[in-house]
Amino acid sequence: MESKASHSEPTYPSPLTYVKVGALLGIITAIEVGIFYVEALKGIMLPIFLVLSAVKFALVAMFYMRLRFDTRLYSGFFVGGILLATAVLVALMALFGIFVLEA
Amino acid sequence: MQQTPTLTHVAEPETTTGQDHRKMLIWIFLGSECMFFGTLLATYLIYEGQSLVGPYPKDILAIPVTSVSTFVLLASSLMMVLAVTAIERGNIKAFRIWVLATAIMGATFIGFQVFEFNHFVHEGLTPRTNLFGSTFFTLTGFHGAHVTVGVIWLFSLFVGSLRGRVNQGNSLNVDIAALYWHFVDVVWIVIFTVVYLLGVGLAD
Repeated sequence: MESKASHSEPTYPSPLTYVKVGALLGIITAIEVGIFYVEALKGIMLPIFLVLSAVKFALVAMFYMRLRFDTRLYSGFFVGGILLATAVLVALMALFGIFVLEA
Repeated sequence: MQQTPTLTHVAEPETTTGQDHRKMLIWIFLGSECMFFGTLLATYLIYEGQSLVGPYPKDILAIPVTSVSTFVLLASSLMMVLAVTAIERGNIKAFRIWVLATAIMGATFIGFQVFEFNHFVHEGLTPRTNLFGSTFFTLTGFHGAHVTVGVIWLFSLFVGSLRGRVNQGNSLNVDIAALYWHFVDVVWIVIFTVVYLLGVGLAD
């Protein structure tokens, strides 16, 4: 009996693309470690590191985990978990007064 | 005479979403894992700076050593995706090389963690020393346990390929393992930034 094709196969990147992404991840990590040792950037370390780690996170999720090329259903499951986790994290930090400015 | 059936791709039953249930399940599982690590990270952040006694993060966390282990784990992620590409293209030999390399690099990362934990205990930091010790060891310990499970999984895939049980026809099994491995890498990206870089960098 012929099986009915239920979905079209996605087209994934070539190995060279993965190597390029890997190189980019390495460069970003090296930049992060470099920034760590620069005293002058201490004041803006937090936003820089958060942005850089978010970029790395997105690169791994989109290319290595292939979320960019697969059905959006998978992105929904994963991003949904991340959003819930972030909401819980922020709520807990607010509950414990982390965001309260000291007088 | 009965012919021995050849190894062919078995058609999966049609699903309502058009996607394989196993792949959907791993993504749902990873979503739940996000919440798991999110709560551990939240606990770490809540208690950060609240320890009454040392050692404190800036006294004990070694950025150079952890940077090396971070590079190792990132490289393993590249090797894992190359392993998946190889098996999907039917290149069993390349798959074996890449998946074994991934497992070895994962084991190397665990080695770094064991070395670090040992060093911390010798320096007087244990889960019972202070809030930093409790939350640090819980967070990184659970991550390390996840990496260990991943390493065992990858070694089993390698052995399976030697026995002909892992092949192009069931490459989804490798894809699922790869998703787990990349997630473990992604969690470390967050831990390295928040616990190590920011924990030490903003300590003063």
